[in-house]
Parts: sequence; structure tokens; C-alpha cells
Amino acid sequence: MLSRVADSLYWMSRYLERAEHTARLTDTNLNLMLDQSPEAAKRRWSRVLNSLHHPTPEAAAEPYEVAQRLAFDLHNPSSVVSSIMTARENSRQVREQISSEMWEQLNRLFHEVKRADMDNVWDAEPHEFLRAVTEGIHLFQGVTDSTMTHGEGWQFIQFGRYIERASNVAALLDTSFQDLPIGDEADVADHGEWIGLLRSCTAFEAYCHAYTADLRPERIAEFLLLNSEFPHAVRFAADRLKNSLDAIHDATQSRHAERVSRLAGRLGASLGYGQIDEIIAGGLHGYLDSIQRQCAQINNSAYALYVTYPIETAIEA
Amino acid sequence: MATLSADARFDAPLFQRYELDHAFDEMFESAGKPRAHYRALFESLLEMPAGELARKKQIADQTFLHQGITFTVYGREEGTERIFPYDLLPRIITAAEWSRIESGLTQRITALNLFLKDIYHEGRILNDGVVPREMVYSCRHFRRQMRGLQVPRDVYVTVTGTDLIRLPSGEYAVLEDNLRVPSGVSYMLTNRRVMKRIFPALFQKCGVRPVDQYGQVLLATLRSLAPNPRGEPTIVLLTPGVFNSAYFEHTYLARQMGIELVEGRDLVVHDNVVYMRTTAGLRRVDVIYRRIDDDFIDPLVFRQDSILGVPGLFNAYRAGNVALGNALGTGIADDKALYAWVPRIIRYYLDEDPILPNIETFLMTEDAQRNHVLGKLDQYVVKAVGESGGYGMLIGPHSTAAQREEFRRRILANPRNYIAQPTIQLSRAPCFVDGRVEARHVDLRPYILYGDRVTIVPGGLTRVALQRGSLVVNSSQGGGSKDTWVLHS
Repeated sequence: MLSRVADSLYWMSRYLERAEHTARLTDTNLNLMLDQSPEAAKRRWSRVLNSLHHPTPEAAAEPYEVAQRLAFDLHNPSSVVSSIMTARENSRQVREQISSEMWEQLNRLFHEVKRADMDNVWDAEPHEFLRAVTEGIHLFQGVTDSTMTHGEGWQFIQFGRYIERASNVAALLDTSFQDLPIGDEADVADHGEWIGLLRSCTAFEAYCHAYTADLRPERIAEFLLLNSEFPHAVRFAADRLKNSLDAIHDATQSRHAERVSRLAGRLGASLGYGQIDEIIAGGLHGYLDSIQRQCAQINNSAYALYVTYPIETAIEA
Repeated sequence: MATLSADARFDAPLFQRYELDHAFDEMFESAGKPRAHYRALFESLLEMPAGELARKKQIADQTFLHQGITFTVYGREEGTERIFPYDLLPRIITAAEWSRIESGLTQRITALNLFLKDIYHEGRILNDGVVPREMVYSCRHFRRQMRGLQVPRDVYVTVTGTDLIRLPSGEYAVLEDNLRVPSGVSYMLTNRRVMKRIFPALFQKCGVRPVDQYGQVLLATLRSLAPNPRGEPTIVLLTPGVFNSAYFEHTYLARQMGIELVEGRDLVVHDNVVYMRTTAGLRRVDVIYRRIDDDFIDPLVFRQDSILGVPGLFNAYRAGNVALGNALGTGIADDKALYAWVPRIIRYYLDEDPILPNIETFLMTEDAQRNHVLGKLDQYVVKAVGESGGYGMLIGPHSTAAQREEFRRRILANPRNYIAQPTIQLSRAPCFVDGRVEARHVDLRPYILYGDRVTIVPGGLTRVALQRGSLVVNSSQGGGSKDTWVLHS
């Protein structure tokens, strides 16, 4: 497969995952804000922005404005609409490599978020818009899985999706746990915050199945970090991205894959064999920070291996 | 129905606006009297219930749209894709007509290819004074870098799309040769695919020769150019990218041939060998079907500001490590002024008379010819010699005084850049327009493939000027296309 094609498929997928994450996070927080004190709301929005690596806006910023910027700001490359546009642009470059059903679905989503009367839609019901985005992206994933050959290109799509997810969830956990320390008696106000965190990862119901509705910070951390079966847990994402990298390695028979295999294996092992009490004792912030750094390293070395490699190393002696 | 006279049937509402005059009509010998090979189409049009054609048109529209058979419109940010305008009714060519076209084009391409080889090597035709040197060396598409370069199999023009028109006498003549990167073949193929769904019965009744094999023939042609065979050659299609107006065609052909569609940035040259960057490392490329103009193909040799091309590609080509189809520098042979010499070129190399005639052409570099044309600009078509796509053109009878004045100025400023031809009434073929069958002007572009031999797929792109009375068939100027049926017998 052409390196350029792999590159486009990978970023198409990453940007869609990013749009989905931002949309869900914004939606959850708009919803939580409805029955909360303005003070608590403000604190949480600044947490949301931090987790998305946005500069925190002036203290005066009104939450709906912040939410609108997260959804629509075209100057911000990670806003929901920008991300969908970038994803579509990437897919357009490789139209002959993806199925027409995939292209149609992504194109439809693009036209939906770019519709002319969007201001009215947003003013009337932001929730409807954000839900339409997450649904549209879920549909795209379903269409992808059922219409595209599960070959190398599909693996690059999986790789992109899960590396983005691992890194997003780790960032969200990091900012949340910095602001809401573990160990204190969880008070009632914080209760809402923990539900918000779980919902931001579609994890509330899944958590309750595993631990009952008894919300305890260290269990939440354990669930979102170390669960191997829940799709939005960091470990789940790390396992999937490693599987995809292995499959890509098999397909390309690359002779220089040790570094990227080792990095992905190490990330998976650290999450697979980690104990939440030890992780917390060793410093949760440091651990989550290291996960994000490892994701960046995996991205860089996969890039160096499959896309931007120098000619000299690739010419056979 | 059989009791009605031919003329009465011609009076059917469907044909009420059908216009017959001195232009050759593809379908009718005279009012209501169809030519033999069009009879089946005529009959079935008359038998169709009202609204049936409109329904078929709707189905065809949907099919084009759903299959993504589109072209790119420049200058708009979103929704830059449109379906290619087309007409529902086929243009039909008899076996006898086709065999003449086939032998005429084969002769012409063979001669033009010999001409290119000669120009870029010893230049016999120049030494013998058959073609004036200054015509060749002043041509914008002459590439001095090609001098002495050995191209695989001596084939310069792998793919040609020659534009044919039909004179009022019914004779086919060559309007222009497109030897650089001719496009449009994907519309020939997709038109056919859609038409087979719409008119299955008519196909059977008429006996139409297939065109689907084009992709395989093109692949075999490209394969035959592979330098020193190292097993199965790697063949790629080089596209300028997603913003090119023919991008759909590039993706379509790459898919039909099962070859990789690459952009300039996917290719690298190392030690005069071309590689493509794949996730499994660099893979050597043997043949490039390039859909990028000469100017942009290698910034080290041609335009330095090109970001579409591949630095070093020309040296790899010169070293014989990669084949290009078409070769570079083929544009001299489709220069519209040199066109006037093509009959002499055919006689010079093949010692044969041209089977397909040229259109009378006036050279603006010759004083007498120029003065003659400038006196009657309203009767001539003036064309810039290096342009294509219907740009840089004056159609005298349809022009304003201001436009003619503008062209007079331009011609006097740069006579080498212009030629003039008498305004030809292109032949007309039936088209389905606004619920009626009307006559519109058409031309024909067959595609000629040249590898180890010359192959012409029986068919081509019939381009049609969809505006009533218009003579301009280029898609960039409001033209459309229709399916072209070459009959078995």
C-alpha cells in the first residue's frame, strides 16, 4: 500500500475519533451544567478544555460560548466541525481505496454539520446536533467494518482510531484526577463530576455492571484505565492498536519494525499487568502522562517506519 | 403504424423540432427517412410510450450520480463534483465506416510516431525540407531535452485521442490530434455501461461491438513498454491529484487496470531508478502512465515551480530505467500549425496517401494566407496552436466585432501562435433535449493505443454541443458526450 494512502486513512480515522470524543464530552458537560452551580460548572469547563489541550479562555467566557467554539470554531483544528472536515478531506484523497458506502456516509455527515441553518439548530437544541455527530460517526465505523476489506488499509484505520482514543481518554483522566483528588471522602457535589467523567466515555452503565452504582474514584480509574473489555478503556484501545500494528507488520513484512512493536507491546503490558493501587501510589498523574507520551512515541515511530522513512534506509543494499 | 408514410412519422411530436439542413445528419438521409443503421433506433423511439425516454433519462442520471461518475469544477470550495453532461441516444457507426476510420487513424499515428522519432534524432524530414525547421523549433511543446533519447520500442504516442468530424459530404476528416495526455476515455466506458442497462433490447437488435476491453488493452500496451523485463513490471498511473478535473478518470482507469494510482510525492528517484513509497518500503516502478503535462513532470528539468512532478524522473527516463506513456515532447506533433503538414508527413514516411483528410488550414505566418483570413475573419475559426479544450478560439460567424478586433491584434502580434480554418458545419446527431429529439452537432474521439502494435477499441467518445446551433463540443465549454456504437456489420 502506498505510504500516502496509509497516511490519509490513518488521519481520517484519528480525526473522526477526535470529533466523536469532543462532541460527546461537550454534550455531557452541557447536560451536567443544567443542575449545577455556576462556580462548579466553570471549573469543569476549564477541565474539559485542559483535557483537549485547549488554552483556557478568559474567566468570563460563558459556557455555551465555550461549547459552541468546541463544536464549530474553524480556527481550531480540533473542533468537531474542523475535525470532520479534515477527515473528509483525507478520505477524498483516497476515494478509490475506501468503499463508496464509506465515502457517502462521511460526505453526508460533512454536509449535515455544514448545513446553512446550523446557527438555529444549535440555538434550539445543541444536544441534537452533538448526538447527530456521534451517531454519524458510529454509523461510519459500522459501514467501514462491513464494507471494507479488513486488510492493511482497514488496519491503519483501526490503528488511528485506537491511538487517538487511548490518548484522549488518558488526557481526560489526567485532568479530572488532578482536579478531583482521590482519597477524600467523595462529597455529593463531586458525585455529579464522577458521573460526568464516566458518561464522557460512554462508561456509566458499563461501570455500574462491573462495580454497581457505588462510585469510587479509584474504581473509576481502574475501570477506565485497565479494563480489557470496555471499548473506551485505555487498555482496550492499547490492545487493539497493538493488534493492528502487528497485522500491518505481517502485511508489509517490514524489517525495521522492532521499535514500534516494542513500544506498542510495552504500553499494552504496562496496562495489562498494572495494579490500580500501585499506580495511584506511584502517582497517577505521572502514569497518565507517560501513557500519552508513549502514544506519541508509537505514532512517531510508526510514521518513521511506514510513511516518512528516509530513502537511504529503504534501498536494499 | 406501418400504414403511415415516413414523413408522417417524422411529424410525430417527438421529432417536431428536428432540424435538417446542409450539415450532414447522422440519422436521416432526408426528412423522415432514416439511414439503414439508424432504423432500429428510429423505430424503437417511435414505439416508446410518451414519457418513456424521460424515465430512462432519469434512471441514467441516477446511475451516473451513484457510481460517482463525475468531473471536478474548478473554483469552488465545496461540492466540486458534477456529473458529466451526456446525451441518452447513441451515435451509431457502421462497420464499413469504422474500418476506414481504423485504417486512417492507424496510418496517421504510425506516421506521426515516425515523425517524432525523426525530429528527436536525425531530423531527416527537416533536412529534406519537407517540414520547415522553424515550425518545429518554434513550437512551445518542442522539448530539446528529448534529443537523442531512446524511448522504449520507439513508441512516443502510447495513447492518442484524435478528434474526427464529419463533413457535409459525410466524409470523416481529422480536426485535431491529441498526442499529449488525451482524456475522456472513462466517459466512453461509463457511458456504455449505463447505456447497456437502459437500452438492452436495442443493443441486441443493432449488434454493437464491445469497448469494455479498453482497460486490458491499455495495460498490455503499457506492459509492452517495460524496459529490460525483470519479471512482472510494476506499472503506475501518475495523477496530478484530487483537484485535477480528470481525477475521476485517473481513479477509474487505475481501478480498471488494477494498478496503483500515484501522485508525484509518492515517487522518489534514487540512482536513476524510480521507486514508489509503500508501507512495505520502496518498490521499483517500471512504467508510468503519466497524466501530468510535460511542463510539470520533473522540476529539475522542466518547470521549477512544479510540485506535482518527481525530481529526477527525467534522468531515470533518459537512463532507460523507466518508461513513460506518452513520451515527453509529443506536443510538437499536435501543434495546430504543424497539423497542416500532417498529410505531407504521412506521404514522406509511409509513401501513402492519407486515408483521412485534414481540414483546410491557413497559416498566419504566411503573408498571403494571413491577409486572406484577416479580410474575412467572420467566416473563419481561429485557433491558438498550443491550446486545447476549446480555449483560445474565435468562431468567426458567432463572434462580435470586438472579439474579431481582439484576435486580429493577437494574430498580428504573434502570427506563429495562430491558424485559421473555414467554419465547418459538424455533422448532427439526434439528441434527447427537453422531452423531444433534436439534432445537435457532434464530433468523435476514438482512442488509439500504440505499444507492440496499434489497437483502436471500436468506439470512442462522441462529444456533442448540447446548445442548439453551437459548434463547440468541449466539455469545458458546455459540451456533453454520448455513447458511440460501432456495429458488427
